Amino acid sequence: MHYSGDTMTPGSLRASAFQVSALIALRLLIGWHFLYEGITKLTSPYWSSSGYLADSKWLFDDLFIALGSSTTAVTVIDYLNMWGLTLIGLCLLLGLFVRAASVAGIALLALYWLAAPPFAGYTYGMPSEGSYLIVNKVLIELGALLVVFAVPTSQRFGLDRFLARHSQAKPPVHTQPAVVAEVNEPVRA
Amino acid sequence: MSDEKEAPRGRWTRRGFLEAMVSVPVFGGFVAAYLDKKTADDLKRKVLMEELGVSEGSPAFIRNAISNPPSNRLRVGIIGYGGEGESLVRHAGFAHPDWIRDARRRNRDDPRDKELEVYLGQSDLNIAITGVCDVFDVRAERAIAASAVAERPGGAGPNPPAKRFRRYTDMLDSGDVDAVIIATPDCWHSRMSIDAASRGIHVYCEKCMTRTEEEAHAMYRDVKASGIVFQLGHQNRQSESHLKAREIIDADILGPITLVEATTNRNTPWGAWVWDIHEKGGPQTIDWEHFQEAAANKVPFSLERFFRWRCWFDYGTGLAGDLLSHEYDAVNMVLGLGIPKSVAASGGIYYFKDGRDVPDVFQAVYEYPDRDLTFVYSATLANGHDRGLMFMGHDASMRVSGDLTVLADGASTRFKDRIEDGTIRPGQPMFTYQPGFRGIDAVTSATAAYFASRGLLYTYRGGRRVSAYHLLIAEWLDVIRNGGETCSNIEHGFEEAITCHMATRSLLEERRVTWDPVARRII
Repeated sequence: MHYSGDTMTPGSLRASAFQVSALIALRLLIGWHFLYEGITKLTSPYWSSSGYLADSKWLFDDLFIALGSSTTAVTVIDYLNMWGLTLIGLCLLLGLFVRAASVAGIALLALYWLAAPPFAGYTYGMPSEGSYLIVNKVLIELGALLVVFAVPTSQRFGLDRFLARHSQAKPPVHTQPAVVAEVNEPVRA
Repeated sequence: MSDEKEAPRGRWTRRGFLEAMVSVPVFGGFVAAYLDKKTADDLKRKVLMEELGVSEGSPAFIRNAISNPPSNRLRVGIIGYGGEGESLVRHAGFAHPDWIRDARRRNRDDPRDKELEVYLGQSDLNIAITGVCDVFDVRAERAIAASAVAERPGGAGPNPPAKRFRRYTDMLDSGDVDAVIIATPDCWHSRMSIDAASRGIHVYCEKCMTRTEEEAHAMYRDVKASGIVFQLGHQNRQSESHLKAREIIDADILGPITLVEATTNRNTPWGAWVWDIHEKGGPQTIDWEHFQEAAANKVPFSLERFFRWRCWFDYGTGLAGDLLSHEYDAVNMVLGLGIPKSVAASGGIYYFKDGRDVPDVFQAVYEYPDRDLTFVYSATLANGHDRGLMFMGHDASMRVSGDLTVLADGASTRFKDRIEDGTIRPGQPMFTYQPGFRGIDAVTSATAAYFASRGLLYTYRGGRRVSAYHLLIAEWLDVIRNGGETCSNIEHGFEEAITCHMATRSLLEERRVTWDPVARRII
């Protein structure tokens, strides 16, 4: 990738077609996963977050256990989870409000990880994704969402494009063989 | 990119539009895949449920235990305020203040411990504990304190304290009680129930119904003749998963059942009835002569025998009457088995060699040739692995614990087609029934978890956690007020007593024992 000008300005990355496609694929995969998780919870009459909360371990276990034991708290948390996952997934998949969705997704995954971290010596009642001593798939997905947040693709390849307020005035792109497009630059074609 | 000529605004070109919509087909793919899966799942479930004839919801037989509001106040006496007695009185709405304080502290330490909430969430049964009878002064005092407790379910206010009676017959004759709860050692059950029934006082009696066969005959005859409302303390009859099990049996899902296996596994001294000896227990505080009036043999004062009476056949009925009785009653409720034709039982004191004469490992094999099945009971007090209760039929097996699981059999005749077309997969549960699935109550201690798994602590009504003991007591009171039949009545009680005594006789006499249904005697 090439940086033009100020490296701190978002959307100032130049990337090859392959790189852009990979980033879009990452966003779509995570979006699909979140959407599936959300929809299956919405349509299942039996799902509740209380099981996960009641099994919480580590620093914040008291807090999560207390939440899981209160019926009102559980109802609220259930709704937030079901709808949150669904909307985040939908947004990522369609490329709409992706930055906000990524932040929300990162927050959710962080809570999941904090409630049940995969440390050595902790066993959990419910079958879970693998534990790799501190790292687990929740954390990996969190990292992937960080990438999606850091390198947004949806202002061009997503519905966010229709919301973009400004089109930056840029000199015409001088194509180099390896550079196909500026990521997040609406193409003046 | 090579276009540098004049162009409309960048985002509204066709190419721009297409780029923006790049993920919509992916979304479309998701929707298609999801709908596909959902239709397949729904079809499978619909087919299964229709074919099985079982509903997905709560059991159809749940009776509404309380007619609202219970209009007339009933006066209840308690005879025996030991471990079980205190628990029963609490489930009737009168917890001891110390218990409330401890339950509150436990919930503070671990919010998953909800015992206080369950207690306070009970329906108000509109009763008063007016009489208390216990040979141990400390326990009698505790019972009196509980009868006047301030914090009660349904916001009910405190009652005046109960009166203590030295002899239970005094309480029965006093006119202060309409009904009694009997939670004494088994050797007392029959004479107390008969004495209460003869005075028209209703009886809730703990299991085992009697200590001997003769007592069972006498009690059955007298209680039936008296017309009082009788309830035997088998909480499984109110357990939601057992009620669901009966629904499944009635739908004939398992096919012909040839073997039922009930088990009890425990592995603690408490589970083996090695209970605490109260520091204030002694000849001054315990009326020993009175305690052993109904005992088979008289011995000098013994703290051990008083606090741990279940370890001796003089007072109790051993594993058969104590634990087999619960399992048998559950199976009897689900299958309607009645009294077996014969039983071969054996066991021994293999682990708790502490001077008891009751075995801690016990097996009994009951034959029901007219039902084409065998009922096996297997118990050990020195292992804690939960084996559950299994009904084994030709077409499917069912495991009943706090929840319920049905597994199709690979060689099933009835489900052959479904297994072949993949709708049913043997080896995986066909369905599971989980009461209270909306939010779990993580039971905290191992002992409580054991009891909970046997449905003996809690059951769920409409997803809400309710104590099965409370429901059983509530039903008894409702029948007293409004008529009807109790679920654990004198008929079932007689069956239970005889079935347990047959096993005990087989153990002690080291032979196979048979029931003569015509003469109605154990031979």
